[in-house]
Amino acid sequence: MAEIVIENIRKEFGAFTAVQSSSFRIEDGEFFMLLGPSGCGKTTTLRMIAGLELPTSGQIYIDGEEVGRKPASQRDIAFVFQMFALYPHMNVRRNISYPLVSQGMPRALIREKVAEVARILGIEDILDRPVGGLSGGDRQRVALGRAIVRNPKCFLMDEPLGALDAEFRERMAEELRALHDRMGATTVYVTHDQLEAMQMGDKIVVMNHGVVEQFGVPQDLYDWPATMFVAQFLGSPPMNFLRFDGQFAPGSASITLGDAVIEVPPQREGAQGALALGVRPEHVRLDDSAALRGHVIAAEYLGTTQIVTLSTPQGEVKARIPASRLVRPGQTTGLAFDARTLTLFDVAGGRALRSAANERVLADG
Amino acid sequence: MSSYSITEPSRGMKWTAGLLVVAYALITLLPLLWIMATGFKSTNDAIAYPPKVFFEPTLEGYVNLFTIQNRASAEQLAENPATTWYDRIVQDKGMVISGPSRFGEMFMNSVIIGFGSTFLSVVLGTLAAYAFSRFRVPLKDDLMFFILSTRMMPPIAVAIPIFLMFRAVGLSDTHAGMILLYTAVNLSLAVWLLKGFIDEIPREYEEAALIDGYTRFQAFVKVVLPQAATGIASTAIFCLIFAWNEYAFAVLLTSGNAQTAPPFIPTIIGNTGRDWPAVAAGATIFLVPVMVFTILLRKHLLRGITFGAVRK
Ligand SMILES: Nc1ncnc2c1ncn2[C@@H]1O[C@H](COP(=O)(O)OP(=O)(O)O)[C@@H](O)[C@H]1O
Ligand SMILES: [Mg+2]
Repeated sequence: MAEIVIENIRKEFGAFTAVQSSSFRIEDGEFFMLLGPSGCGKTTTLRMIAGLELPTSGQIYIDGEEVGRKPASQRDIAFVFQMFALYPHMNVRRNISYPLVSQGMPRALIREKVAEVARILGIEDILDRPVGGLSGGDRQRVALGRAIVRNPKCFLMDEPLGALDAEFRERMAEELRALHDRMGATTVYVTHDQLEAMQMGDKIVVMNHGVVEQFGVPQDLYDWPATMFVAQFLGSPPMNFLRFDGQFAPGSASITLGDAVIEVPPQREGAQGALALGVRPEHVRLDDSAALRGHVIAAEYLGTTQIVTLSTPQGEVKARIPASRLVRPGQTTGLAFDARTLTLFDVAGGRALRSAANERVLADG
Repeated sequence: MSSYSITEPSRGMKWTAGLLVVAYALITLLPLLWIMATGFKSTNDAIAYPPKVFFEPTLEGYVNLFTIQNRASAEQLAENPATTWYDRIVQDKGMVISGPSRFGEMFMNSVIIGFGSTFLSVVLGTLAAYAFSRFRVPLKDDLMFFILSTRMMPPIAVAIPIFLMFRAVGLSDTHAGMILLYTAVNLSLAVWLLKGFIDEIPREYEEAALIDGYTRFQAFVKVVLPQAATGIASTAIFCLIFAWNEYAFAVLLTSGNAQTAPPFIPTIIGNTGRDWPAVAAGATIFLVPVMVFTILLRKHLLRGITFGAVRK
């Protein structure tokens, strides 16, 4: 059980900065997702929490204690590596018992604990097998076994499902989440897969180029992205941006796109210059009477819904609408948005502008 | 298996390859077999012309190798009748054994110096290679190049300075001196070979051990060493073969106390210059330890000598 606080943590490799001044907070018992594209510094951040990498500056608190300079062996955490890193010269049982051996636990007790973990993970039948011949899923379970057998303060997992094939991932993801719910231990989970992050996480921190873009519950991040990066990284297809030049004062509740006046949540700050209106595809309606006009380029059928791509003077827009609606490429139609769901962005800074709708989320992210 | 395959060689190809390998093995083994056979010949058979392939085996060569003998008069021979098989062999030639030869001693010197320097090279090499592989060592590349550069000239080129230094510090003709010298020569090879092997072991294994509560040294011993076994074994074989066979430094720097077998074996031939069977016997015995060591470690060797060219 542990609460982890990361404060202004920074990591440089020579002249290259892998993580820049990141801060976030992981509550006790949370399933916490570290999400971002490849190379953004997720692994480095996780390794600093684990004690495998020394931060260049900043603090890491586990349960209130600053551990930034403590060796990994004294942090009481468990780490599940991307490629599992099972000790290849030991069988499954020895792999799982290895952390207990280091604590000098009596043999009989070790046997008992390993048996219990094996039962939880359903790997009793492979305990005496060498790890070399195991399937991906079984390796994953053994790696988890080695992590949970010690009952550590928290689990750190680096893309633990990345090495598994697609159909197995789903099942392991469920098993993992169920295991977490049962043990209630704080878990920090690294992934580059936004769907995985949203499905499994209690909270998500999104990183890009070593910078924390936003952190919060999945729903808040999805609905009220703090940056254009988050808006595009979450969701498939991602949030649409209608780019325009304009200006408005604090308090205004509409913007002008060409001839169309679009209602937006009341703005808390004014802006001018290159701006973008962000709208999720599921919040776009095709409405022939709407003033904002678009030209259908393509329609992609997905069963219950379809993704319609439209070209507008402000750029391409994708709409997710019921599959029953008949749309033909070449057709011209109007686009209407649900005003309560819109976010305005300052294009130069890539940052969301505060409004009545998102100020709560932006304030704590 | 009649279908055509692009990866599987055809039967004819396999046979040809097999025959070539056997022919090559015979050609390389022939001198070795000849030496072993000569060890069991009589002095006359050994220098007979045309060479004798079939001969009556005798242990005379081995007896000569291990003993010092004196010519004896008929009365002396009558007074001390032969009691053992080797006395008999010697007395048949009209000689008596006056004591053991120094071959045993020299052989033990070879064992001590060969295995001692191999052990030292591998231990130091493994530690250095691990550090170069895992830690941020300042000027790492330059240091690695420097280590390699010590191998670029033939070691014997520095024989004279080493001879003078050894004399000055009293290392001439000592076991410690020879162990140090062979370790110094072997170490560069050992560091380079072992670094290659250790580089291939994913760091995650050690990191997992660190997180599991082990110290860096424990992780090194319990996780890295078992995985590096192949590399360590093949490096050890290379080091041993060099130290075992080394001749030039041994001639130059040792005389009686720490002399190894290679400079000693040629002296066995005796003042008549005819005792080839004893020389061959010495050479045969000399070959045994390296062969045994290589056979013991052979399962590591095949993967080892490909130097990581083959990935797991
Ligand atoms: N030991 C290292 N030395 C130099 N650069 C590194 C090292 N580890 C990671 N990096 C660099 O830091 C950046 C972030 O890496 P990483 O944290 O592994 O990203 P992620 O896990 O998000 O894909 C990458 O550009 C990577 O090349
Ligand atoms: Mg990574």
